[in-house]
Amino acid sequence: MTKITRRDFIRSTGGVAALGAGLGFPHIALGAARRVVVVGGGVGGCTVAKYLRKLDPNLAVTLIESKTTYTTCFMSNEVLSGERTLESITFGYDGLRRHGVDVVTDTVVGIDPVKKTVATAGGRSFDYDACVVSPGIGFKWDAIDGYDESVSETITHAWNAGPQTKILRRQLQAMRQGGRVIIVAPPNPFKCPPGPYERASQIAMYCKHHNPRAKILILDAKDAFSKQGLYVEGWTKLYGYGSGNSMIEWVGAASGGKVESVDPSTLTVQAEIEEFQGDVVNIIPPQKAGAIAFAADLVDGDWCPVDKRTFESKRHKDIYVLGDASSAAKMPKSAYAANSQAKVAAAAIVARFLGREPGDPTFVNTCYSVVGEDFGISVAAVYTLDAKNNSIEEMPKSGGVSPANASPEIRKREVSYAHSWFKNVINDMME
Amino acid sequence: MTKTVRNLLLAVLALSPALVAAAPSGEALAFTCAGCHGTDGSSVGPSMPSIAGMDPEVFVDAMKDYQVDKRNSSIMNRIAKGYTAQQLEDMAWFFARQRLQLLPQKYDAALAARGKLLHDKHCEKCHENGGRPGDAGTLAGQWMPYLQHTMDDFMSGKRDWPRKMKRKVDAAIADDGKQAIPALIHYYASQH
Repeated sequence: MTKITRRDFIRSTGGVAALGAGLGFPHIALGAARRVVVVGGGVGGCTVAKYLRKLDPNLAVTLIESKTTYTTCFMSNEVLSGERTLESITFGYDGLRRHGVDVVTDTVVGIDPVKKTVATAGGRSFDYDACVVSPGIGFKWDAIDGYDESVSETITHAWNAGPQTKILRRQLQAMRQGGRVIIVAPPNPFKCPPGPYERASQIAMYCKHHNPRAKILILDAKDAFSKQGLYVEGWTKLYGYGSGNSMIEWVGAASGGKVESVDPSTLTVQAEIEEFQGDVVNIIPPQKAGAIAFAADLVDGDWCPVDKRTFESKRHKDIYVLGDASSAAKMPKSAYAANSQAKVAAAAIVARFLGREPGDPTFVNTCYSVVGEDFGISVAAVYTLDAKNNSIEEMPKSGGVSPANASPEIRKREVSYAHSWFKNVINDMME
Repeated sequence: MTKTVRNLLLAVLALSPALVAAAPSGEALAFTCAGCHGTDGSSVGPSMPSIAGMDPEVFVDAMKDYQVDKRNSSIMNRIAKGYTAQQLEDMAWFFARQRLQLLPQKYDAALAARGKLLHDKHCEKCHENGGRPGDAGTLAGQWMPYLQHTMDDFMSGKRDWPRKMKRKVDAAIADDGKQAIPALIHYYASQH
């Protein structure tokens, strides 16, 4: 009798499982392809488009995005420090096209949930069986007196990467020796919770080499922030934090960090207690769901409520909302979270097309921050659905941030893993 | 239960999705790993390891070691603790069935040639076919920084040696001295 090795077994069971899947997917020969229209070409939109085609190559998937390339906000802080170029975080959509996704350059202006059509600024209309909306964030331009889109070329937000990132980089390079950078950090919830503090860190890394007497002042609307203990550890080690001569200073809400107004002509920021003048001012405004979420009536307050099993909108059937725009607590508004949610939504959409109930979802978030040379930190969580309360909960006794006072070797490895994370997220969403 | 019987039961389960529809499938669980380990477990680097084609027992053993902080890690211990034994097994079988897609890396040809001799003499018995996916950890085409991290952990005592491995590595070092481990790493990098 022939001995079956484990590897032969994997091969044969793999084949049998594939056959089983084939038998279970009778739609292959039936009628017209189901149509999914994806609104938005960021992490959520790209991932759902790729995975829909991966799970069912017979689906007709159209992705509509107004830009012809995607510049990631994640890793854009490394552009500010000069560690990488803007081009290195900018990607085209040909990878998705190779997966059979029809990528359309246009701006979605409305979604009709009754007729099930998506309308664009270019005057086109797309019919859908399921629509996925992943528009990212919008800014609350009225939140800080004196700050709106019209002054963002002087006072950047740089919280959607691209031209804004370039302007802020140029301002940092042009800053006088010993100048002051002010970063205004937003209240919760916002996109990329550790991001403002990584930004301060990356700017400090740049200044350490090019402008050693410069100061970075973070004015914060909050009293605590993501990975705070680890940032403080890194800042203390790398930038003299806590000493009389720290490069970085953080002012929380309780100490008057909340910013009320700004005078763009003098770069003066009025916080609750004191007034601060900067040489470079970067204001990350309070946030809400992207514009199309409001136009399509998908919001309740600032964000879009969803059924956490499927990410289907609570407001309109057959429309799914992913990523930053969705209300997905306790998941953060992060790239990895959007990537993870997109796969849950893709599986749910495919299941429903087959007349099946979607299974229980499973989610992961991982997020790396590079605090400085050889100093990387991370946060991770595995999530499960609490169906009764329609909430997403962390699995107990798991997840959390990198350990405090880890070895230099581990901190260094986390920098290399941060860059691996970036490459693999990009690969998984659009290549 | 013998391995074969267990495997057959798993195969039957894989054929009847309705039986397990409520819980997240192995596929759904495995999809959450892709943001770091690449789509279906083939990492595009530069340092996170590929896990496609991995032996299911090696996968489960690694995750269980992470769960009890037995294996030196930066993030995997925190992630592994979020899964049940059954979920780990379901993920393991998903990855075992994926074909490993490898990308070229820069390596030193002379070192790689030395490494091949060392591999054939000391490592091939467990890491068969030049360290391609099999019953031991995948080495061929694996990302070099990951191989380096792993060997650093073994050498510094932060990770327990698998049976016989220390003796084999000592023998390789006796042959080639300090060059032995870099040679092996460059050899595996050349095997994409």
